[in-house]
Amino acid sequence: MDRQRCRTLKVLENRPVGQSEPASRFFELVLEWPGWSRWTPGQFVMVRPDWGAELTWARPFSICRADERGLVVFYQVVGRGTERLARVAPGEEIAVWGPLGRGFAVEEDTPTLLLAGGIGVAPFVGYALAHPAPEKLHLVFGHREPLARYPFAAFPAPVAKENWHEQNPGDLQSFLARVREQVAAHAASGLVLACGPLPFLRAVQAMARDTGARAQISLENRMACGVGACLGCVTPDADGHRVQVCTHGPVFWSDAVNLDPEKPS
Amino acid sequence: MSAPDLSVRLPGLTLKNPVLTASGTFGYGLEFSVYGDLASLGGFVLKGMSLAPREGNPMPRVAETACGMLNAVGLQNVGAEAVIREKLPRLPWRETAVVANLYATSADEFGELAVLLAARPEIAALEVNISCPNVRHGGAAFGQDPEQAGLVTRAVKDRAGKTPVIVKLSPNVTDIAAIARAAADNGADMLSCINTLTGMAVDLERRTPRLANVFGGLSGPAIKPVALRCVHQVRRAVDLPVIGVGGIACARDVLEFILVGAHAVQIGTANFTRPDTAFRLPGEIAALMDKLGIQSLDELRGTLKA
Repeated sequence: MDRQRCRTLKVLENRPVGQSEPASRFFELVLEWPGWSRWTPGQFVMVRPDWGAELTWARPFSICRADERGLVVFYQVVGRGTERLARVAPGEEIAVWGPLGRGFAVEEDTPTLLLAGGIGVAPFVGYALAHPAPEKLHLVFGHREPLARYPFAAFPAPVAKENWHEQNPGDLQSFLARVREQVAAHAASGLVLACGPLPFLRAVQAMARDTGARAQISLENRMACGVGACLGCVTPDADGHRVQVCTHGPVFWSDAVNLDPEKPS
Repeated sequence: MSAPDLSVRLPGLTLKNPVLTASGTFGYGLEFSVYGDLASLGGFVLKGMSLAPREGNPMPRVAETACGMLNAVGLQNVGAEAVIREKLPRLPWRETAVVANLYATSADEFGELAVLLAARPEIAALEVNISCPNVRHGGAAFGQDPEQAGLVTRAVKDRAGKTPVIVKLSPNVTDIAAIARAAADNGADMLSCINTLTGMAVDLERRTPRLANVFGGLSGPAIKPVALRCVHQVRRAVDLPVIGVGGIACARDVLEFILVGAHAVQIGTANFTRPDTAFRLPGEIAALMDKLGIQSLDELRGTLKA
């Protein structure tokens, strides 16, 4: 019970990654360790600096890493909230609640494919660090910004990893072809986990359906509360019921949600 | 100096403190039970329920705005029977007031809901939602016409037995006092005001509305002045206890509503801003009363020099 309590945590670091300020849009936020008894990679936290009444909501971020050294969140500046967050200085205090939602499945003996698009790579760092058999993991990472802006180097050595830098038209197709190949390779006896932009998740969902691979996808919808109350982040499940991404997800088995609400599931 | 008296006496209901949570912002209470002790609240109002389950409106349904937010959830809920079967048995109703918020599209349906919920020992009061701006039928349509508001109030009151009936008013009206009088004349025991204000937000680059429903209900600190004005007007128009709702986020906000004449308050959007907000308030209210030399809420209530 206690582990989800809302806490005020001190900021230890909040630094740009792979680029100098003020141009950087990629940041690593390190907060003091909240003392959680347990958490699962793929879960998230709600983060709200003391930014006054103008910004009403906290912001949801997947947990990149969490241990006694601190709670680490990796974020990209995309709007008003993350712009303000980027200006928070070490020593300031931030309201944090979590760990929230359902994380990724961890199967020690199963070859596991990690599919990451852009900032979606963040939760897989913690996943790889916590995994009992990281040599079973294979990361395929597609990104548009230079690699140094992502926590790619943070993966433990036994993880097989490859990155696909999308710079030219056609690169995306090469990346998706590689993803398809690897999903097929993991279809018979593996596990596929994906985190990234919605079109990428749709593609992975379709590949899992086509190949019969067991796959989980992590969704991120706009949400106000993170605890299942505001009903803002709902997504249609396979039966057409609208379920909260924050509490039923953010990680779903890929056949449990309908990412194309226009089409019947 | 002894601890200030936070208790609130309402028709058929005594609250240990004036802090309730607003319908639609606190789930069924259970979602928040890891952030505080539900029993420490004056009470909480359940997510609005209808006879049949509802899936609500399409996404996107929420948008953040300056000092507030818009929502067009459209009363997604599991239906009254599932609430009674699955939620009520898990709530600490002996220790705190659990209020059912009712939504229907006709006076008859409202009556049916009242029968179902008033019969439950877990339910301390019924709140009648005649003010939801996000549904096509019923909702605010009832709350914008004194005659309809009166009919719905009467339908619920006649079937509620001894369970007190709260009517939740809409600010989206020309004369809120007229609606308040219609509810009072038809048996309402209390009024809560206000529900959200109709609003919209747009995305300039995409040239689209930011809510699939186009319109939504505005809530949060942005609407507090409107809520205070409505409580003030309603208290002057009718002799019923009023529960203030709208942008309340701190102890000072709570006491401002009491000053204007509210008996109790509901915390809404602030539950999203930080999930332990409501749980922290009773202690913060007591501390602020202490600082201001106020012994009881009765002593402060309605003493605005205006």
